[in-house]
Amino acid sequence: MLKTSISPHIHSPQNIEYAMRNVLIAMVPALLASVYFFGVRALWLEIISILTAILAETLMQLLLRKPVTVSDGSAAITGLLVAFNMPPNIPFYVPVVATALGIIVVKQLFGGLGHNIFNPALVGRVFVMFAWLPEMTTWNVPLHPDWIRHFNLFHINLDSITSATPLAVNKLQGMSALVSQFGSKTQLYLQSFLGNTGGCIGETSELAILIGAFYLFSRKVIWPTVPFVYIITVAVLTALMGQDPLFHILSGGLFLGAFFMATDYVTTPMTLSGSLVYAVGLGLLTVILRLKSGLPEGVSFSILLMNGLTPLIDKLIRVRTYGKQSKRGRDHE
Amino acid sequence: MKHIKIRTRTFLQGGIHPPENKSVTYEHSIENLPLPKKAIIPLSQHLGKPALPVVKKGDTVSEGQLIGKKDGNYSSHVHSSITGKVTDIGPYYTASNVKSNCIVIQLEGEIKRMNADKPDWSNLSREQILQRISEAGVVGMGGAAFPTDVKLNVPSDKKVDFFIVNGAECEPYLTCDYRLMMEKPEEIVEGIQIIKKLLNVKKVFFGVELNKRPALEHIAEHLREKDNIELIALKVKYPQGGEKQLIKAILNKEVPSGGLPFDVGAVVSNVATINAVRDAVLFQKPVIERVVTVTGRIVKNPGNYKIRIGTPLSDVIADTGLTEEPAKIILGGPMMGPSVVSLDTPVTKGTSGILFLSEKEEKRVRYNAYRSCIHCAKCLMVCPVSLNPCMLSLQGEFETYDQMTRYDIMDCIECGCCNYVCPSFRPIVQFIKLGKSFLKKKG
Repeated sequence: MLKTSISPHIHSPQNIEYAMRNVLIAMVPALLASVYFFGVRALWLEIISILTAILAETLMQLLLRKPVTVSDGSAAITGLLVAFNMPPNIPFYVPVVATALGIIVVKQLFGGLGHNIFNPALVGRVFVMFAWLPEMTTWNVPLHPDWIRHFNLFHINLDSITSATPLAVNKLQGMSALVSQFGSKTQLYLQSFLGNTGGCIGETSELAILIGAFYLFSRKVIWPTVPFVYIITVAVLTALMGQDPLFHILSGGLFLGAFFMATDYVTTPMTLSGSLVYAVGLGLLTVILRLKSGLPEGVSFSILLMNGLTPLIDKLIRVRTYGKQSKRGRDHE
Repeated sequence: MKHIKIRTRTFLQGGIHPPENKSVTYEHSIENLPLPKKAIIPLSQHLGKPALPVVKKGDTVSEGQLIGKKDGNYSSHVHSSITGKVTDIGPYYTASNVKSNCIVIQLEGEIKRMNADKPDWSNLSREQILQRISEAGVVGMGGAAFPTDVKLNVPSDKKVDFFIVNGAECEPYLTCDYRLMMEKPEEIVEGIQIIKKLLNVKKVFFGVELNKRPALEHIAEHLREKDNIELIALKVKYPQGGEKQLIKAILNKEVPSGGLPFDVGAVVSNVATINAVRDAVLFQKPVIERVVTVTGRIVKNPGNYKIRIGTPLSDVIADTGLTEEPAKIILGGPMMGPSVVSLDTPVTKGTSGILFLSEKEEKRVRYNAYRSCIHCAKCLMVCPVSLNPCMLSLQGEFETYDQMTRYDIMDCIECGCCNYVCPSFRPIVQFIKLGKSFLKKKG
């Protein structure tokens, strides 16, 4: 029996599963860093979030009578991203609510993978941020880790002291207080880059995030344009505002947001020029929120706002078709 | 060979690198396939109207005899590829999977040998050359099957400055043009000279993809300085051999939307077509055979075979052998070639390859089980004409075909790059083809 179909008859092996699997692999270094710096509790947060995401997606798809596509890995990514955006000492039900909200409302009720306007993990995070404001803004740093207790799987309570994040210290007390806290500027940069500072469990280690990001570039899953333009915009603008640009790019969730959330396929513009507008917009919003709003950090809000603008960017910014004089097809109708 | 400078060029926007799979037949020199016992010769092997049959059932025809007369401007003559008896004139499956009129000839009688003397063509006038090309029924052999005499008869108000020889052969698996360049370089160069005279152009560019470097070097040895033929090494990238991409790569010009290559002063022809033009002009030999790459992992004796037009696939399979039942048979390359439904489907003038895919290879591609678009924009990156295939496929999915003109649907060259990379296996080109036919019907 001969089968027939319209050409092409071959396909690249890089399907959705390939992309999602690679994103998950790329998140492993940040996961390991989170466990190293914040103990086994971070691992539990991550496991619980991923399980919630998988469960929520399966139940929702069964309920909506859709094919269950949880094996494509996109739900697991959402769960892990929510966990990465949690402070280390957060009660376990908070990431559960955030993940469930992201998957059920933002992803599945909008039509599933590909139809969501906003990044599900970020909406979940922003929601719980307002719902549990004290818990979401209490930051802990591990207290002289006792390594055996630190890595004991059942040791889920953190031995820690409460400490403000570097961005909050900078905002409230100024840069000099921060430098004295770390000893020297070099120490501040180095510890920020390695991840030995207060913050969300997955965002503090820029080194781990970079390793994952370069893996994704090498597998051609994401492209460097948006993250680098975003980070450079933040550096330039903070420098213009009289702040320390290196400190700003190494602090907070900028790297995690730039490499793992601003590069989400579904919620970012499709054209290269659209991506540039998107990335510069992200940088602009992040700096405004960090320096001029009541919040110490602005990466999540910036990405969500630019997610909302993405359909408009895609509508307005078009590429000139081969052989056409002007950029818009409708001029030729 | 100092006078030949080889520059590597390419079109920049888009393109993909599918597995080449050319090694299956790369080293196989051209061999003759035995004559078919029965030739099914379609009357429509070209772009325009089908040819009109000039023979009746029961007639005896000889090899090379005219059996179908061209009907209208974009039509072409059809000749008998074997000596024998006309047993039927009626509808048979052809490559387009629609039954269309064919003349069936049963092999019988003696085969006459061709005249081996090499005649001089330099005294022929422009009209005589065009006449010979038309009479031989030469059409574009790269796949589009546009009548060559029409293509080379440039309207007097258009000025043609460049003739571009297309030796890119960017489709995976195919090697028939490569073998032709390796084995018949003199013939191709002679064909180029005929066309050069016809078009009255000063400059000829000869583009070959870099994965066929031996052909490039081989052709270089057969060029003389006064030929004024510049060899161009093209980067290996699909669809480098697309007419519009080749012009962009070599001349850095864009064919205007809806226009033809001579709008930018260029005429492009495939090497196999040039070889057929040479045979037509020198020997008045009609197109009754062509080199076809018979390939695929399941073919026992893959190779590049000279096959008579009208040879049914079942005859080809009988001669080359298969190791397992094919799941899909594709005429041409896997990116743009149609897949056939019947083993009686004949080889035509536009058939550059016959690709057999096994059940396992076929199963890897499942455009019928496509998923939602995830807006990854890979299709935008690979589109060689800078379209937005993502939006076109969404419009196709919602059946809002009218909206597709807003995304320049008619400029799509149907190369299939977007389908190839789509992580959701969306049948983007299929949606576009559907939209095009809907819009054409609507007018």
